Amino acid sequence: MTAYTPKGVLTTPIFKNNPIALQILGICSALAVTNSMSTSLVMGLAVIAVTAFSSFFVSLVRSQIPSSIRIIVQMTIIASLVIVVDQVLKAYAYEISKSLSVFVGLIITNCIVMGRAEAFAMQNGPAISFLDGVGNGLGYAVMLLVVGFFRELFGSGSVFGFPVLLPVNEGGWYVTNGLMLLPPSAFFVIGLIIWGLRSFNPEQVEDNEFRITANTKSREAV
Amino acid sequence: MLEQYLSLFIKAVFVENMALAFFLGMCTFMAVSKKVSSAIGLGVAVVVVLAITVPVNNLILNYLLQEGALTWTGIEGAENIDLTFLGLLSYIGVIAAIVQILEMFLDKFVPSLYNTLGVFLPLITVNCAILGAALFMVQRDYTFGESVVYGFGAGVGWALAIAALAGIREKLKYSDVPAGLQGLGITFITVGLMSLGFMSFSGIQL
Repeated sequence: MTAYTPKGVLTTPIFKNNPIALQILGICSALAVTNSMSTSLVMGLAVIAVTAFSSFFVSLVRSQIPSSIRIIVQMTIIASLVIVVDQVLKAYAYEISKSLSVFVGLIITNCIVMGRAEAFAMQNGPAISFLDGVGNGLGYAVMLLVVGFFRELFGSGSVFGFPVLLPVNEGGWYVTNGLMLLPPSAFFVIGLIIWGLRSFNPEQVEDNEFRITANTKSREAV
Repeated sequence: MLEQYLSLFIKAVFVENMALAFFLGMCTFMAVSKKVSSAIGLGVAVVVVLAITVPVNNLILNYLLQEGALTWTGIEGAENIDLTFLGLLSYIGVIAAIVQILEMFLDKFVPSLYNTLGVFLPLITVNCAILGAALFMVQRDYTFGESVVYGFGAGVGWALAIAALAGIREKLKYSDVPAGLQGLGITFITVGLMSLGFMSFSGIQL
């Protein structure tokens, strides 16, 4: 087994092996909550907390779990943590918890949390698993904030609710792009971010499974 | 009555499409949409699981968790118990259990169906569309009848979306996509365009 350094497990998931852009994990919520920066930030923090603590607890009991029921054990741990997060949000940030609606609950089925519990925490000690959870949660949060930044900036001309590009209906010059606040734009923004990331790291580009060789007529290729 | 159910069904399939309007079940949506045949297999599995779990979770909510729901037990003071905070834990437990039972049932009695759906069933437990539908059901206070229709409709909508995406991706294999967009990137853009298309359904009411 390769040795994991604390710094390594914290930083690689952020850019080199980002859970959203590369491993396609946990995109459901990444798309839904990103129409403003503040919801993205809260969602990011919630996921960091859940991933870190679930990895920690799963790792603590990893040698006691029979492998046949490990999924249900992990699920119970994760669900309990999500309930805690949900209750805390309802108590201290009611407005934001309203706008996140069901997506806080959906952290349970966020593949990042399950994926880290299964792939990392089951084999490693509690401390390093905790850091790994924080790292992956951070990778997720960073991606969320980037998507949220673009959507809020172009959709309503503000960042964290502070007007940056002053919209026309408030006497400014910027005509807001309503599309950025609607669901489809989230797909476009993430698609383009992936394109950007992969242009910088060409080794991440997926192979074309069916490259048509130069001399085939199109009929034969199909 | 029937009209109301029909309207809810149309809404669940097209207007509030699980995959394209709420981004639920995206992980499997992206991963299993390379071939039309497996996409349809997964789609059918999701329809079946959703049509069973949403009504069952509705019963659990109404007869066990909600404030005053335990009155039927006749235990003194039961009408003051509010267990809604246990909701998430019980929904996911119910979903995991039902998927497991369904898998064993199909394996024993309908082996041919098990062979086609079998591989997809474990994937479904962690599919957020299933839990998402249960949570929407809670949030919108659906009755039992409505939750049956909603569960089925949401499943059909999801299946429709994944089958359509798989069809497009099969054709897309032969097109010349820029290197960085290859695979995942272009799939996101495609889904974005599909979602734009589905937005034209918004506002439809029967």
